Amino acid sequence: MRPLDEKETAAVFEKLFKFTGPNLKHIVDRPAVEGPDDPPGRYCFRLHKNRVYYASESLVRRSTNVSRGRLAGVGTCIGKFTHHGAFRLTVQALDLLAAHARHKVWLKPTAEMSFLYGNSVVKSGLGRITDSVKSGDGVVIFSMTDVPLGFGVAARSTQDCRKAHADAIVVNHQADAGEYLRNEAEL
Amino acid sequence: MAAQKQHVAAKSPKPNSKRNKKMPQGKDEEERDFVSSKSSQEVESLDGDSNPEDEEEENGSQASDLEDEQPGSDVSSDGDPFTDDFLGGSDSEEGEESGSESDESDLEAKSKAIDEARARAEAEAEEELRLNIKEESDEFRLPTKEELEEEARQPPNLPNLQRRIKEIVRVLTNFKTLRQEGASRKNYIGQLKADIMSYYGYNEFLTDAFIEMFPAVELIELLEAFEKNRPECLRTNTLKTRRRDLAGVLINRGVNLDPIGKWSKVGLVVYESQVPTGATPEYLAGHYMKQAANSFLPVMALAPQEKERIVDMAAAPGGKTTYIAALVKNTGIIYANEYKEARVKSLLANIHRMGVTNTVVCNYDGKELPKVLGLNSVDRVLLDAPCTGIGTICPDQQSIKTSKSTEDVQNCAFLQKQLILAAIDLVDANSKSGGYIVYSTCSMMVPENEAVIDYALKKRDVKLVPCGLDFGRPGFIRFREQRFHPSLEKTRRFYPHVNNMEGFFVAKLKKLSNSKPAASEAPKTLEKTEEAAVIDDNKDVQKDVPNGKPEQLKVSKKDKGKKKSGPKRGTPKEGNVSPSSKAKLRKKRKFPSKEEISQAREEKRKALKKRKVGGAMEEQGRTT
Repeated sequence: MRPLDEKETAAVFEKLFKFTGPNLKHIVDRPAVEGPDDPPGRYCFRLHKNRVYYASESLVRRSTNVSRGRLAGVGTCIGKFTHHGAFRLTVQALDLLAAHARHKVWLKPTAEMSFLYGNSVVKSGLGRITDSVKSGDGVVIFSMTDVPLGFGVAARSTQDCRKAHADAIVVNHQADAGEYLRNEAEL
Repeated sequence: MAAQKQHVAAKSPKPNSKRNKKMPQGKDEEERDFVSSKSSQEVESLDGDSNPEDEEEENGSQASDLEDEQPGSDVSSDGDPFTDDFLGGSDSEEGEESGSESDESDLEAKSKAIDEARARAEAEAEEELRLNIKEESDEFRLPTKEELEEEARQPPNLPNLQRRIKEIVRVLTNFKTLRQEGASRKNYIGQLKADIMSYYGYNEFLTDAFIEMFPAVELIELLEAFEKNRPECLRTNTLKTRRRDLAGVLINRGVNLDPIGKWSKVGLVVYESQVPTGATPEYLAGHYMKQAANSFLPVMALAPQEKERIVDMAAAPGGKTTYIAALVKNTGIIYANEYKEARVKSLLANIHRMGVTNTVVCNYDGKELPKVLGLNSVDRVLLDAPCTGIGTICPDQQSIKTSKSTEDVQNCAFLQKQLILAAIDLVDANSKSGGYIVYSTCSMMVPENEAVIDYALKKRDVKLVPCGLDFGRPGFIRFREQRFHPSLEKTRRFYPHVNNMEGFFVAKLKKLSNSKPAASEAPKTLEKTEEAAVIDDNKDVQKDVPNGKPEQLKVSKKDKGKKKSGPKRGTPKEGNVSPSSKAKLRKKRKFPSKEEISQAREEKRKALKKRKVGGAMEEQGRTT
């Protein structure tokens, strides 16, 4: 496990920025809750076997005596680097993103299951959407009861969504909570 | 004619049938009909119902009954003597109806006959039943060899087996009065064992084990409970939601559930569900975890505090780990270890799904953890040990019934003993808030449960403390020939037929100090006590005993000492002491060491030589 180098950090932050915008600062600078030490440390990112973990410093410190081959995870895994070096956020980052998201979309109850199966969101399933969403923005998807279901990339801006017809795709799917059942092995 | 018949029949079916029940026979129906047909018309003019009743009166006792039965009818059972005589000659004995219209009597007679036949059959059946019950209640006979052989030839007759099992249980509960002469308890239990094996499908090892652990009635209750599935349970994830809210949401989705009981604030039990509980959006968002009721218990016993360092030594699939994290509110640090790599994935997935952020997941053999994490380094350890899983038998898990054997139990017990020592070594006895180890298994076998705890008590400086669970039975302090430390009554056992959860065992240990007592302590104490006994027996041992014996006795004593290294009290030990004390005494006499013996021999040889030489010289002296 090692800290991220510059390029990797840039890639990770870039992806996160899409979803959180200025709130990114909060993610990085949050006083940590975990760890048995009293003065709470900060959170940090670490790379281990091509996966990026977000954990508090005390947690990281105490995991150093676990050997590399045997360490399976520290804190929260938020994504992984693919073969060719691109960074992709996984569904395990959902809690973190949902807490700091800038753009949100709420789904109608009828569309929940469809999204959880991995389909994109169409206009007819859209319940609410925050204003000022632009095309290409990262969006976190909630149910009407504010339960986070997943995240994706907005295909249209808020204005366009209103004009679009019922079958138009509004949000492209990136990750959803159903992957915990479908893709458990690949997470 | 036919119309009249029906009409008549419609008028008075009931009275006839009632009457008929009390009548003995309907054999001479046709004859009677023939006879009555002549007079039927005349009789009808009088009063259709009166005549049969009059005949009833002749039968005597039945008449009054009939009167009671037919308050509404005009007919009085006293009847006219006139009609009596009129009909007396032909049918008086049978007491059958006559004198009514022939059609009427035909039909009525037939229905009467049918009713009579039915009544007869019923009476006979009742009598037979009574007789059978009487037979069974008085004596249940064990099947003879021939009967058993015949049974073996045919496919198993399940209702027969079940009946026999029940009977044997009944006899065993009241053995003195209900036993068959010449049959010992062993015979009954042997037959019960064979029946259980073929009716429920257990192998010999498990049947023996259960028979040893439970009295007969409870044994059957347990086996019946194993034939049913345990109710499905959910645990609310308090990091994300509250039980009340979750219950509301799930009920809206169509899940029929209830709080699990007084003993848990986060548990829900699912009776039935229209949607799959493992795939609701709430499940995927990590609002609850599907978990068996017994899995709540070790974490409740552990009672982790915030900001503690905790180790879960066998964490997959993560139900208990996430529960711990919820209790400490994501503070502190949890080391979640899982030995099998394939299960680490599901552990990780559950951790992330439930929003747990304070874990370090690793993939070690539990025995290595003290080396990796450091001795005396954490506050609490949860060891939900790998076991034979005998407590988890249910209709979905039938293979356990036939696949477990003594080797399985022994192997598991060996592994568990090593793991519990590792767990104890991980804990810091001087921790401010902790110093606890919780050990749990989902098995009911004594070698995996009480024996392991007893072993830990001997090998490390720990003591048992109450689990904090106010239900469940205390663990065994003694079991057959084994005797355990008396504090083992603080452990808890759970059974499917008592608590409606899987068979389970929980024990909570507190580490008193970080020192490990020396390994030789146990045999040393044994020797000391024997020496003390020796001093007492000193006076008795003044006898001559050949040299060969002490060696043998010493060897045998050592063997016995090794086997019974537990704190065994009672007469058997003292019985062994006296011959061993003799051996010890003899040993104390101290035979001269080898060097001394060789020295003595040398001296003797020298002395002999001198004498020889001296003698020779003397001779020479004389001669020369």
